[in-house]
Amino acid sequence: MGEAIVITSGKGGVGKTTTTANLGTALAMQGKKVCLVDTDIGLRNLDVILGLENRIIYDLVDVAEGRCKIQQALVRDKRFDDLLWLLPAAQSSDKTAVNGEQMKTIVNELKKDFDYILIDCPAGIEQGFQNAIAGADQSIVVTTPEHSAVRDADRIIGLLEKEPMDPPRLIINRIRTNMVKDGNMLDVNDVTNILAIELLGIVADDDEVLKASYHGEPVVLNPNTSAGIAYRNIARRILGESVPLQQLDNEPNGFFSRIKKFFGARV
Amino acid sequence: MPRTQKVTIKGTKDGLSLFLSDTSSFHEVLEELDAKLAIAEKFKDETHLLNVRIHTGNRLLTDQQIEEIEHVVSKERNLQISSIEADVISKDEADRLVKETQVHVVNKIIRSGQVFRVQGDLLLIGDVNPGGKVIASGNIFIMGVLKGVAHAGYPENREAVIVGAQMRPGQLRIADQISRAPDDEEPVQNETECAYINQENEIIIDRLQVLRRIRPELNRFIEGGE
Repeated sequence: MGEAIVITSGKGGVGKTTTTANLGTALAMQGKKVCLVDTDIGLRNLDVILGLENRIIYDLVDVAEGRCKIQQALVRDKRFDDLLWLLPAAQSSDKTAVNGEQMKTIVNELKKDFDYILIDCPAGIEQGFQNAIAGADQSIVVTTPEHSAVRDADRIIGLLEKEPMDPPRLIINRIRTNMVKDGNMLDVNDVTNILAIELLGIVADDDEVLKASYHGEPVVLNPNTSAGIAYRNIARRILGESVPLQQLDNEPNGFFSRIKKFFGARV
Repeated sequence: MPRTQKVTIKGTKDGLSLFLSDTSSFHEVLEELDAKLAIAEKFKDETHLLNVRIHTGNRLLTDQQIEEIEHVVSKERNLQISSIEADVISKDEADRLVKETQVHVVNKIIRSGQVFRVQGDLLLIGDVNPGGKVIASGNIFIMGVLKGVAHAGYPENREAVIVGAQMRPGQLRIADQISRAPDDEEPVQNETECAYINQENEIIIDRLQVLRRIRPELNRFIEGGE
């Protein structure tokens, strides 16, 4: 049985879909069989980021309504043999076309065949969000170091904590080290202080991410980029490895210094 | 006539005290009360209203019984009931009292969009994040950082206080009073502070140490021991 992980944020535009695509790719690179599920019905674009748009025949709504089997709707990413698949969202319906029960059934079906199911959640806290979390066992909250994104992440975490799943984990996306240094952006510490959940990883703001999505291939494929390495590390943490957090250039001491100090005092 | 009195009348300097027996039936008590007041001629000479305090012992009167007593006492006489006291309270009342004097210990983070309410005092072991809100009918004590909204003394206890290990609230509310953070950022205090309504009817944030002076009634330990 596989694990279903929903990737969510509350606010739009913080990088949920990019994160889903890259984590899915990174897990596939580790030899795991991964299915990405796009639940952003009506505004799908996970397929675009992966460069799979042209291969879509059936979609999530078709599966939910029984017009096709799940296997018929799955789109294979040829770069990874049989490891990376996409269940695309419908583009012509809206979020109410699917309900939580149907999602649960679909995700449970997928869990039989895949190691990981990554569910890309739409922005907002309405039906689309409820659908996306319905079948999930775990959740990852993506935020950027901005007050508005952190506020929405906080709201989402509050909602996720009420669900019968593991406590949510956090990815802080698009950190700009030079702006943090100048005191014009929240730093990792500020964000984790407010949200107070386990930090799964940080991803620096990297032009390569945009470049990669322009070419329809996830940045994680390029091991020479900071974001690529970050996503690979996050994938390894999801697999249970303990990988130290990337040291961002201009960050003195990181954010564990306080805890370290306490440990030190004990010896 | 049985020897035990169902109604005892005592004069005090504030007026009259009526002791109603709790072992006789209410009907009998009411009859005797009527009879006794009727023969007590001297009340009728009084020109001003006399206050009457009624003690019912271990009997809890219903609203209707209270009405009947009021009727008997006030008819044709210059008497006025100032209070009705019993040695017992109803279960509802007791439950309410317990709730209101309880300190609720809560170990969680109140996140954006969440509203946490308690009857009584709240001891929060955690933060109130921006956009989050805690409401208590009593006092609020926060061991974490208060960044959202805290409303103590809801709805009308103006004596309630808010204590925070770190006070950085968007808004503070006590009873019907509301205050908000100043627009220009103040240096962040890393000290425990308290908020209360002062004599000018404003909510102010002050050093924790002043609480001992301005709200001595916050003490709630049982006297004794050292």
